[in-house]
Amino acid sequence: MNSLTGPMNAGLKRNSRLTPAARLGAHGAGPMDAGRNRNSGRTPAARLAPCGAGLLGAAILALLLSGPGIGQAASFSQIVDIVQPKMVKIYGAGGIQGLESYQSGFLISAEGHVLTVWSYVLDTDLVTVILDDGRKYQAELVGADPRLEIAVLKIEAQDLAHFSLNQAVPIQAGDRVLAFSNLYGVATGDEPSSVLHGNVAATTSLSARRGAFETTYRGNVYVLDAMTNNPGAAGGALTDRRGQLAGILGKELRNSLTNTWLNYAVPAAELVPAVDDILAGKVRPRGDDESARKPLDPVTLQALGIVLVPDVLSKTPPFIDRVIRETPADKAGLRADDLILFVNDRIASSCRAVRDELSYIDRIDEFRLTVQRGQELLDVVLHAER
Amino acid sequence: MTRGLDPRRWSGWLMILVAGMTGAAQAAEVPQTVLDAQQQRIAAIAKASEASISVFARGGGGGGSGVVVTPDGYALTNYHVVKPAGNHMKCSMPDGNLYDAVIVGIDPTGDVALIKLLGREDFPAATLGDSDSVRVGDWCFAVGNPFLLATDFQPTVTYGIVSGVHRYQYPAGTLLEYADCIQTDASINPGNSGGPLFNAAGELIGINGRGSFEKRGRVNVGVGYAISINQIKHFMGYLRSGRIVDHATLGATVTTGEDGQVVVSNILSSSDAARRGLQYADTIVSFGGRSISTVNGFKNVLGIFPKGWRVPLSFRRDGQRYDTYVRLAGVHAREELLAKVQGPAPQPEPQPKPDDGEKKEGDPQRPAPGQPRETPPPMPRPMPAPQPHGGQAEATPPEIAAMIQPKPGYANYYFNALNRTRVWDNFLRGGDFADLDGTWLFEGDLVSGGAVQVTLEQELASGQFNGSAARLDATQDLDQQSGPQGSGGLLAALHVWRRMLLLGPQRFGDVYYLGTVPLVGREGLFDAFVGTHDVIEARFMFHPETGRLAALEFWPDSAVDPCEVYFDDYRDVQGRMLPHHLEVRHGDSVFAELQWKKIDLSQAADGE
Repeated sequence: MNSLTGPMNAGLKRNSRLTPAARLGAHGAGPMDAGRNRNSGRTPAARLAPCGAGLLGAAILALLLSGPGIGQAASFSQIVDIVQPKMVKIYGAGGIQGLESYQSGFLISAEGHVLTVWSYVLDTDLVTVILDDGRKYQAELVGADPRLEIAVLKIEAQDLAHFSLNQAVPIQAGDRVLAFSNLYGVATGDEPSSVLHGNVAATTSLSARRGAFETTYRGNVYVLDAMTNNPGAAGGALTDRRGQLAGILGKELRNSLTNTWLNYAVPAAELVPAVDDILAGKVRPRGDDESARKPLDPVTLQALGIVLVPDVLSKTPPFIDRVIRETPADKAGLRADDLILFVNDRIASSCRAVRDELSYIDRIDEFRLTVQRGQELLDVVLHAER
Repeated sequence: MTRGLDPRRWSGWLMILVAGMTGAAQAAEVPQTVLDAQQQRIAAIAKASEASISVFARGGGGGGSGVVVTPDGYALTNYHVVKPAGNHMKCSMPDGNLYDAVIVGIDPTGDVALIKLLGREDFPAATLGDSDSVRVGDWCFAVGNPFLLATDFQPTVTYGIVSGVHRYQYPAGTLLEYADCIQTDASINPGNSGGPLFNAAGELIGINGRGSFEKRGRVNVGVGYAISINQIKHFMGYLRSGRIVDHATLGATVTTGEDGQVVVSNILSSSDAARRGLQYADTIVSFGGRSISTVNGFKNVLGIFPKGWRVPLSFRRDGQRYDTYVRLAGVHAREELLAKVQGPAPQPEPQPKPDDGEKKEGDPQRPAPGQPRETPPPMPRPMPAPQPHGGQAEATPPEIAAMIQPKPGYANYYFNALNRTRVWDNFLRGGDFADLDGTWLFEGDLVSGGAVQVTLEQELASGQFNGSAARLDATQDLDQQSGPQGSGGLLAALHVWRRMLLLGPQRFGDVYYLGTVPLVGREGLFDAFVGTHDVIEARFMFHPETGRLAALEFWPDSAVDPCEVYFDDYRDVQGRMLPHHLEVRHGDSVFAELQWKKIDLSQAADGE
């Protein structure tokens, strides 16, 4: 008797942007325990005022109050206890070709908004979010920003412990940090996320390393001396030594020249406008908006000269299969293998979503497509009648 | 991304400015609390390092780390470290000395080995901590011999925090399972294997042995795992027995149920769990004293107990909760475990042998810069150190050879015989029964009411139990005589008891020292003998200090419940200490409680 069965739901078929036809596993690890409700009220003592002018004074006050010499600093284990309820484990597509089917995330609202990284793991209708206490939810994709490589998910829950992005703290080289994530998928169910410690080694821009590191992100990063960027760690939370949010752990990033891996996090401040847009519904499909009207004569893929890959899955990634010559798409420079991400800044994550989104655009109007070509993001302005 | 002047960013920069100024002001004078904390850390590392050892296989066969846990030189390391070393090895300590050491016991599944350093009775020994009180975020440090750097015998110290506790790491094949382990971001590299993980106070909380690597090459990626010291405490008595120790199974498999609970998905009808009432689809509520909410949590509990222990189990069916104790069976059949131990490497497929790469690359001290593996192994892997030199094994010195006794099923039978003698000598302090081979007569009462009389002779045992008679003919097979009815074989148990007292472990039959085990309802762990005689097996549990026999289990067959006899109320009878209170249990029920009023041990064997 040496094979005790694990909590895997094997054999579910999923799709992936990278290999649409491949069979992907999906994890359904861990229990749902509706009876338990471990939440809220466990925010750090030194909270900052929510916004605006009050923030400045409150920030200084909080800094002074929590500074050295006043009171006893909380131990890391106490800090960890405060942060853990805000962490979630995310399971979705993947499980083949060395692609892990899990990643990390954290709650950014009491109502169940989860910030994580935008990745192939989310390329499925069945994204599962497991809270720190083991409660398990199916998550909905609220929106994403491929330039920042972030996504916001939503689960149907209330009164959750969470980070407030607006109260995130800036940190600098030399600062001690804690990194929370479900690296290697070590934790399942109500098992807590892993915690690493380290220091900020540098604050710098990844764009200086274009060509060496394959990433679409061009903004500032915190480079860390802790091994934060392990499989499954992306989307985890970087906090300062007091457990206050400082950034989000970035996706795995390998230097193709030296075969080394970069440990970095994206500063929370870089994310705020994008997350605000996502939460405001600006990137949601028009179809979600009941007041949206469809024009009588909308744009069609055929009119643009775009042929997408065969729509064989429930959520086929909208890769361009080919571009008809001498069409608007051809003239605008679109190519086969481009992956459509946005139509007029609204997220279009499947062939069906692209068709649906186009149906809200009048044939006489100009509009913008955002596509991914390799590691590049391109904006293309199209007009069906030119 | 271009943005306007966001007040949030302004405030952020101002905070940095303020923080920078306060920081500068503080730099001039370091607070006393900080200096004190630093001194405490230095002291803890100094003390903890003293007990740490570097393990070198003879003839340059690789090595690793370890830690001494008793002043007479018992030390812990990984099984996968001593495996290439064979039955003896060299260990260095920070005092600059190199000591010979012999293998004592191994736990191949849990990847633990106990060795004994020779030559001193006053080794610096680590203080064992409580790994269940370790919390995520606690500071901790590893001491060891990464990359076999300790050529000057000085260990390497790496500091970090506890990243996770109660982690479950799947076995490599069916060996090297890391259950309930401690995860740390202190650097654990090849050669750290077997070395100690200490808490900030310098108490031993685990034995390092594994890391998660996958695509990063075989160096630390901030994810190391240590076997918890509390698990090793459970196994320590077994390891001291010189045996090849096995892990446990419940005889049932579990899976995650629809509502996330842990439910029984399969159960062996011959298992003790089945006899205790566990059924398919029951929900496991708690196990081994822990509440169970995940399959990993269940496996963690299974992983920390040795084969043969009885642990509490609570389960739920139709809203009703059941609490019981279950005996844990072995994970492996005996031959299966031996075959695995004798096999070429403790890392079965699909994992590549951890040594391969470095051996080819030649210099173990600079392992593969910039050349991570192309094909990542799928699981966290153990970390034995590379093997630096080829070489011939030296001849074993005679004083070491005297402490090595190979025997099938044992890592080193020398230590089994040693403990068997120790336990029996301790028992004999309560009196020697060797010449009392006559009729033993017991008279007393059932606590529930009624008289009891038992007579034990060489070939006969008989008794009156509240008016009903029972009889055992010792010249016939004992497994067929389970009287009195409902006891599971009380007369046979008492016959076996008399036989052990008369003959001792040397002449009883085949008797080996099992290790230490818990007894239901009693504090602490008890030294256990396993004896076979005729066709039956009996287990004898001795109190570790008084040496008195605390319990006996009579097993007519391994697939049925034994007759358990618990001995208490020891009093002097003819110059020997004998129990006057017996509790007899069988299955889920107490068969009887007996109180002897009169015991007579006749010396003359009549008619033999």
